[in-house]
Formats: sequence, structure tokens, C-alpha cells
Amino acid sequence: MEPKTGLYIDTGYGIGEALDIEALKGVATDEFKPAVCKAEPYWSDPDKIEIIKSDIANEGLKAVVIAGPSVRVYQDVFKFDGVITERVNLREHVIWCQPANHEDTQMLAEDYVRMGLTKVTKYQDKPPFTEETVKSILVIGGGAAGLTAALDAANAGYEVFLVEKEAELGGWANKFFKAFTGEPPYDQLVDSPLKSKIDAVKSNAKIKVFASSRVYAISGAPGMFDAVIRPDGPWIDELNHKQDTWLKVQLARQKQAQEGGVAEAQTDEEKAAAGGWAVGEELSLDFPHEKVRVGAVVLAAGWRPEDPAKYESLGYGKYPDVITNAQMEELAQKGKIKRPSDGKDVHSIAFLECREENSENPFLNNSYVTCLVTLKQAKYLRESNQNGRAYIFYENMRTPGQYEKFYQTMQDDPGVFLSAGKVVGVSADGAGLAVNVKDTLLGEQLKVKVDMVVLATGMVPVTEDSAVVNLRYRQGPFLPKNPYGFNDSHFICFPYETQRTGIYTAGCVKSPMDFQGAESDATGAALKAIQCAELVSRGEAVHPRAGDQSYPELFITRCTQCKRCTDECPFGAYDEKPDGTPLPNPTRCRRCAICMGSCPERIISFRDHSVDMIGSMIKSIGVPDEYSEKPRVIVFICENDAYPVVDMAGINRLQYSGFVRFVPLRCLGNINLVWIADALSKGIDGIMLIGCKYGDDYQCHFVKGSELASYRVSKVAETLQRLVLESERIQVFQLGIDEYGKLPDMINGFMDTLSQFDPNPYKGF
Amino acid sequence: MAGNKTILVVGGGTSGMTAALEAAEVGYDVVLVERQAYLGGRVAQLFKYFPKLCPPTCGLEINFKRLRSRPNVKVHTLAEVQNISGSPGDFTVTVKINPRYVDDHTATTKDVEECPVEISNDFNYQMNKVKAIRLPYEMAYPMNLVADKDALAKAKGDSAFEAFAQSCAAKGIRLDLDAQPYTMEIKAASIVWATGWRPYDATKLTKLGYGACANVITNVMMERLAAPNGPTAGQIVRPSDGKKVNNLAFVQCAGSRDRNHLPYCSSICCLASLKQATYLREFNPDAQAHIFYIDLRAHGRFEVFYEKIKQDDKIFLTKGKIVNITEDAATKDVILEGEDILSGRKIRRTFDMAVLATGMQPNTSVDKVPASGVTYDEFGFVVSGPGIYSTGVGRRPMDVATCMQDATGVALKAIQDAVGR
Repeated sequence: MEPKTGLYIDTGYGIGEALDIEALKGVATDEFKPAVCKAEPYWSDPDKIEIIKSDIANEGLKAVVIAGPSVRVYQDVFKFDGVITERVNLREHVIWCQPANHEDTQMLAEDYVRMGLTKVTKYQDKPPFTEETVKSILVIGGGAAGLTAALDAANAGYEVFLVEKEAELGGWANKFFKAFTGEPPYDQLVDSPLKSKIDAVKSNAKIKVFASSRVYAISGAPGMFDAVIRPDGPWIDELNHKQDTWLKVQLARQKQAQEGGVAEAQTDEEKAAAGGWAVGEELSLDFPHEKVRVGAVVLAAGWRPEDPAKYESLGYGKYPDVITNAQMEELAQKGKIKRPSDGKDVHSIAFLECREENSENPFLNNSYVTCLVTLKQAKYLRESNQNGRAYIFYENMRTPGQYEKFYQTMQDDPGVFLSAGKVVGVSADGAGLAVNVKDTLLGEQLKVKVDMVVLATGMVPVTEDSAVVNLRYRQGPFLPKNPYGFNDSHFICFPYETQRTGIYTAGCVKSPMDFQGAESDATGAALKAIQCAELVSRGEAVHPRAGDQSYPELFITRCTQCKRCTDECPFGAYDEKPDGTPLPNPTRCRRCAICMGSCPERIISFRDHSVDMIGSMIKSIGVPDEYSEKPRVIVFICENDAYPVVDMAGINRLQYSGFVRFVPLRCLGNINLVWIADALSKGIDGIMLIGCKYGDDYQCHFVKGSELASYRVSKVAETLQRLVLESERIQVFQLGIDEYGKLPDMINGFMDTLSQFDPNPYKGF
Repeated sequence: MAGNKTILVVGGGTSGMTAALEAAEVGYDVVLVERQAYLGGRVAQLFKYFPKLCPPTCGLEINFKRLRSRPNVKVHTLAEVQNISGSPGDFTVTVKINPRYVDDHTATTKDVEECPVEISNDFNYQMNKVKAIRLPYEMAYPMNLVADKDALAKAKGDSAFEAFAQSCAAKGIRLDLDAQPYTMEIKAASIVWATGWRPYDATKLTKLGYGACANVITNVMMERLAAPNGPTAGQIVRPSDGKKVNNLAFVQCAGSRDRNHLPYCSSICCLASLKQATYLREFNPDAQAHIFYIDLRAHGRFEVFYEKIKQDDKIFLTKGKIVNITEDAATKDVILEGEDILSGRKIRRTFDMAVLATGMQPNTSVDKVPASGVTYDEFGFVVSGPGIYSTGVGRRPMDVATCMQDATGVALKAIQDAVGR
């Protein structure tokens, strides 16, 4: 066989006792004729590794297939430079979950060996994608997060371009009168902690600052982004307007498609509206600008105060002495706190929590930071006026971590009155204001007379108002949002990944956070940006397949311009050529291979993962005739979660039908319908797909792989009809990684369903 | 990368693993040392994450996968850092490596279930027994058995044990109770300190009945109780009589925000209790959960989760402080007493079981960094150290996502000291 292959069957772990090893070797040598076929216990032992190595040297092996324990163990041991290494799981997936010395167990093992040996014949020898890349970093936003990201990247030796829309660096944190830092002793306020950081950025030779500027456009891909930086001006409003219009049309289309309608093709006007330009067209840059090439981007554009107009019920807009917490900072800057209406000294302030009525997420932007700001501003009053009284009404006081100490200090201050309570309304009361509160600690109804009211308005990420990154991507200028309204692609486990590879968010565009939080978040984003630049320079994928050197290649002459790859890639890896065919950007690719599954023409493949490879593996499975009462089921499993689930079932010796054959995929979104059609037409009786949970709290590492798989399979009805097969023969399951206990019932239940039908009539064809 | 120096990461929980992998994926050499026999830390003992209610092992698995394919991270488990000398850019660290006392070919607990010796199960917070030789947990990394030498040594000579030892040998599992620890020296340019936290000792909360009442447990125990691989295989039942829990109380700020115990807020316990209320509701759809809190601290996007939980009409939220817990001697029901903050009325209510939402205490409040120049705040969290970067809950209380965020940043700080110049 080609390539020259060695098969090493591990007889340890009880494999030798549970299987007929000679017969297994026989199948391999008869059908595949590998150059080497050996069976011994524990190939992972150092002396056995030496045997494999000497076989590689003496026999000139180009591929090694280890049939033994799961790929989840000894991955570091079974590593042979320049040699394709494939693992066949005879332990967890065969002998630990099937009866020993049973005909069906033996057939299962034989099929897995066939699949492993077939797989190695389908590897392609291709070098990783390496073009000339750069490692400099673009940081958007010169506030606390942006300054930190710039400085930390520069201090690790990387060149940085920092773009700030205002004339001065510092952002909001620099405009505040005082700040809480999160540093011990935790209950003190300090002057803006940013001054020294601004100086450090300005004096750092590795950082080039573009003040009063914005990013006009970003095109390209990680390692080779081209960013156009343009002085701020009215152009930005025009651009935002165009983008908003475009986005509205897109959302309407999506809705239409979800509701079952057929989405119309994008018109040229719409495409053009995406960023005020047509994708693929040369940008006309007939204005002052600078163009920089960068490896990765940190988006630290920050936040803006929430629009207080919606708090009319709290007196905003009606009474000049009802102000926002942002306005309070300005007042406090001026020295002794005086009333906006008449300039008189302020002796009492009511601080009110803002809750947006009828909002789906009434507090989303109104975080612990707003609570801390309220406490801080109460302190302003107390420090400005010894007799000042601060009334703070809240539903839940949020002072996490060591900030509790700050809260305790404020509770100890006799001039600060803190109470739970719901504000009913604010009204005029003589020269001052009256605040009506219910459900307070002091009784059901309370009326407090104050000189001024401060509304604790929330922090809105600026990405809410505009794209900021202005991507020249076929998928539009925006970073896609997750169901929580933020840009990260996988909340909790991948806090930095967005759906646009190489662009990492930091600070309050991500979530409201305090100064310390923004700082540590920005350092992390700088790390990810640097890491991205380094990885792509080596031709490797970024998280979560960091190190993967394969990349998608397209046999473009067969492309029918259906655009499914472009539409379904969760990461916007494909642009479009003028002829409508996809233009891949390999460094944007996360190697999930969702595009490979999406392509009806099967023209997308990776060097170690292709439609042909999986298809050939399926074809290698032995299908007993219809009278044998041995049905065959292919189970496509996601290698991230479902594969370990099957391993866990094995480790716990859970038993299930031996008629199933697991085929691991990079993501369930890999599923190409041709595999299903081919399997059914060769006599496979049923197809299961097991992937992770989807929906708002999706677990898919690639955002929507498992969801796409379900969607695609729902479209398979046509194939079934053509073959005159029952639709129940194909089912998609969602399974969490810890739900291995459910696996046997899932499989056996499916087998029960199949048993109601006749065997697939295509057996033997 | 040529010329660059090694980064040492101490602590193999979520924060430490993240810091190690993020630095390694940039291209740096990393040594990761962990005190336990497995990586994953406290996260390995959680049933689900809030707010997605997804299994933490999913996140661990991806990190294990990254480790397996990243040879520039060297992992040492059962490792204790004994001394750090030197300065940023040039540290020498002495690490003691304890033996596993068993050598195997990735065998599993199933292969050693005949072991006649059992020990208290630390992984399940002593709620059950476990074999003295075992895989720490099913998804453990590294996937190797570990043995409790002291317990096994006592059994030496017993016929049952000797027979078991022989059966092990036949399976290629080699017991070596005479194995000795050894020390190694690691040269590192910078050090990430990610030794994490421990649950606050609930026995110090004398008024809240832990230890005295059979059916008062802590929130970390509740995670194990709900987990399919926990002591009850996921059955949420009372420790006293194994009865299905129908009526469960959560006592927030058990020792937290309390000047006599942990004066700070652990920032995750409110969300953990909201999450655990869903465990009960899913396990037993007829059951009620009652959460007593001072402030419900669900910040930022966790608000969405809080709003969702509030929709459940069998989860009750009372702004109230519980000050005393006793048990009914006959039924072993727990009796909670306290004050309803809003009404000012006294609370006195009986429940099947109570969960104390105890806080997180940094391990550095007890085990200091064995290096000079490291400063701590009044609670024992690390503030700073020259060339030594603290991350995760050793720095301040934070949830898992924030730990990963923080550890990613700290990886860059460590890199800045390790850059070959």
C-alpha cells in the first residue's frame, strides 16, 4: 500500500485477550498489505517506540498506524517526525464497550483497522501556509485598555500602532475626577492612574500614536492586515449611517430566511453599502490617511454612557438637578460640588440605580462598576462637604472581591445612607427635589428631599453604535455579536476569541469593567494578538486548533458559486472574487472545516482531512448482507466533546451495540451530505450524528457547527426519498461531554428504531 | 524561540493551565507544576459552569488536548515548590516531586476496583470512600493511577491486599510503595503563581450548623452531590438518610462579607447558588429552592442568567440574613433562623437540607510564595512580587472566565521577562 505503512496492534490492556489478533492482522495484510504489521503489548513503552523508530528507518515507513488505546493518551509518545501517525482506538471504542471474543466485537475492530489504514492513504503532502507576514499590532482605542495593550505588546518587543479618536490619550478613565484602583487598601480614591501610562506610551519608541484618528478600513487577514487610518471627521457619521442601513437589510434577510422564506441574493448596492465600498474593489483613498500593515488587532474602543433620555421617569430632562454619573464627574472636577440649576452648594444627593424598564436585559450595561461609581461619588460629596448627606438606593449593591472593603468603609460613614429600595419617582420639592422610594429598609414608602439626584447610568460598548473595525470583509464591516450582545465568540472558555480571527477585544467593549479589570483584560488581548501573529508566521492555526498546519484548499474550477462556504464559515474566512467564487484567506481560517461540509461540489479539502478521506473510510467498512441480521450504523462524532464521551463510556465499561462505527470529525459542522448519501447507498442502515449543545448557550468550539449539522441533515430528506428510505434512519443528537452515561441508551434506542425497518436494501450494491 | 528563557507556572488549575498554554502557544518553553496528581484544580470538581450550565470538563478537555500537542510545556504533577531564589530573568526554583507509588499503562479505576483498601475521597470532599489506588477522576490528565502510600502500607501483609497486588502485577500495574520523592531544580526567567483557592472552613461558622447538623453542606459539596461522577452519582439526596431533597435552602455569604471571617466578597457564590438551584430543579422537578441573600450579586452579563432563574416559580429569593441553623433531632430537618431584611420580620423555616455558600480563600493566605519580596493584602491575596506574577483567585476572587482572561494577560507579563534580548 501507499504510503509505505506500518501497522502496530497493541495487545496490552486486555486487547490481546478480547480479540483474535491473528485474524485482525490477517485482515490488514490481506486487504492492505502494509509494509510492517506487528502485534505486541504496550507500544507506548520506550523500548517499543524504538522498534517503531527502527522500522521507520529501515523500512522507510511513511505512515504509522497504532491500533491500541485512544488518541487521548500517549499523543506525545506516538510522534514520529515526518511520518503520518494515525491512531485506531481498539481500547475505549472496542474492547472496553463490547463483549470479549465475540464475532461482532472482532468485526468492529477489523473495521476500525480498515478505516485507519484507509485514512493514511488519503493524506496529502502539503507544506503549511506561510506567506510573508508581519507581527506588529494595531490597537484601536487609547483609553485604559488600549494604552495597556499597546504598552504590554511593546514591552514584549512588538511594534504597535495606537489609534485614538480624540486628541488626547486616556479615554474616560482619564476624565474622571478620582478613581478606585482595586489595589490595597481598597477603600481609597486616587487621581487618575493613567497619567504615567500615557507618558510611557508617548515615550515608547515601539509605539506610534495616531491621535484624533479613526480606523477607516481593515482588509486582509491575520499576519497581513492592512489598516487605513484616517483623521477624525464627519466622514465617520456618513460611514456609520451606511453601515447601519446595510446591517438592517442583513438582519431583515436573516429573519426572512429563518422564517422559511428564501433569502434573495445580495444586490450590488447592498454589497457596496457594507462599508461605503464594494468588496474586492480597490479602495479610493483620496483623503489624508496612513496605511499600516499589522499582524493582529486589539479592539479596545471602550464605552460611552448610556443615553439618559430614557430615564424621564426619574426626572432626567425635566429637572436640571437630575444628572448622570458621567456629569457628576465633571461637576466634581470643578471643586466644591454645586447645583447645575442655581450654582448653590450641594448638601444632599440621592444616587439612584437605573433600570431600563421593558428591556430584555435591564441591567446588562449597568454592572458592579456603576455601584462602585456611586459609592465613589458619594465619597466626592462627603469630601467636598463635611455635612453632606448621600442617599444611595439600590436593588442589589454589587461590590465584588476586595471592593467589599470600600463598601464597608462607606457603610461606616454616618453621612452616607444606604438602603435597598425601588425608586417610584422624582419630583420638584421647593427649591430641591423629592425622591419617592418603596420597599426600603426603613419601611414601605419613603420620601427623601435632596438638592440633587445622580442617576447611575450604564456603560454601553461603542460597538453598539458602530462597527469601529470597519472590516472590508465579504461578511460585512462588523464583528458579529454573541447572544449577550458582546463580540466574543465563546463565552467562558475562549474569552478572547471573536468571530473575526486575529481581532481581539479588550476592556469595556467586552463587558463593563473596572480599571484593574480592563488592564488585565487588555494585557491578555495583547498576548492573544502577539500569539496570533506568531502562530500565523509559522503557518499554524490560532485557538482552538492552535498549531494545526493544515488549511483549506479549493479546487476552484469545479466551484458553482453557490456561496455556501462563504456564508457558513463562522469566522468570515472567505471573501469573494468578482466572478462570485470564494477567495479563501487561510490565516483567517480556524480549521474547523465547516466549509468542507458546506460544499455540495466537495471541492474544499485539508491535507489531513477531506471529503474523499472520510468517504473512503466509510467505504472501507464491511457491510454484511441483509440476511446476516448485522445492521451497520455510522456515528459521526465531534472530536472535541463526543469523542471523549465515547472514551469515558469505555473507561466506565458501559456496553452498547457493536453495530456502530464512530467517525470523528473536527466539528460536527464538517458533515458533508455526500457521506450520508454514499453510506446509505452502500447499505449502511442508519446514520447518527452526535455533537455538542447549540442555541444561545452553545458549546460548539466553532460557534455553530453542531447547529449547522442539524440544519444540513434536515435537508437530507430528498436523498432519502430518492433512495426510498425512512427518514428516521438519520438522527442528530446533542450530548454534553459529561453525559457519557446517556450514550448507551442513545445508541441502543437508535438501534431499536432501526429494528422496526427492513435492512437497507442497498446492501451488496 | 531561540534565546528565550523558560517560564515556570505554579498551579495546574484553570488559571495555571491557561497561563502555561498561552505562553507556550506564542512559542515559549514552559514548565507547569501542580501539587495534586491531576490538572484541573477546583474546576475539575464542578458539575456545571454558570451561566451557560455547560460541563467544565469540556473546557478542561480542550486544554488537555492543547497540552498533548504542545511539547514545549512540561507538566509535573504531585510537585511542590520548595524554594525560589534569584531575580527576574534568572530564578532557580527547587521543586519536590512526590511519587505516584504506582506505574501503569493508563489503566483505569475499573482495573483496580478489587483493591481492598479504601480511603476518604478528597475529590468528593470526603462525602464517600474511594479505592486507595485509583484514577483521580475519569477525565484526569495525566491519565495515570495514583496510590495512597500510607493507607496501602498499613494493609501490607493482609491476604486480600497481597492477592490484589498480585492481580495488579498480572495486569501490568506496578505498585511501588517504597518509591521516594526527589527534588529537581528549574531555571526560569519568570514565575506565574496560580495556586488558587480553598473553600472557607465551614466548621468556623459555628452558628450555621456545619458539622453539627447532618444535612448542612457547603456549596463545593453541592457540586459533587449533583455531579454524575459524584458520591451519589448525581442524586441530590440528604446525607443523613439518603432521602431525595424536596426543599433546599441556600445560605449566601456564609462567612463572607463578614469581618469575623472573610471580610471580602467572593463574587461568585451568588451565581453558584443560582446555578445550584437549577441542579435541584432539574433533578427533582417538584422540589423548591430557597435562596437567602444580602445582595444578589449577578453582575454584567450574568444579569441575564439571574433574570432567567427568577422566572422559575419554585426558586424563591429572599433578601435576608441567616444567623442560626439547628436541626430537628428526630427528622434531621434543618431549621434556619434569621431576619428578612426588607420586612424586618424574623425568619424561622425548616428545610430538608441547607447549602452554605462559603467563599473562596486564597491558598496564599496559608501557603505563601517561598520567595522574598512578595507582598500580600490583608486577606492573603498576592499583590506583587518581582518577576513573580499572581493570577486567578490568588489575586482576587473571580469566576472561571475571568481567571482565563487574567491568566492570559499574566502570560504576557511572564513573557516580557523571558524575551531573549
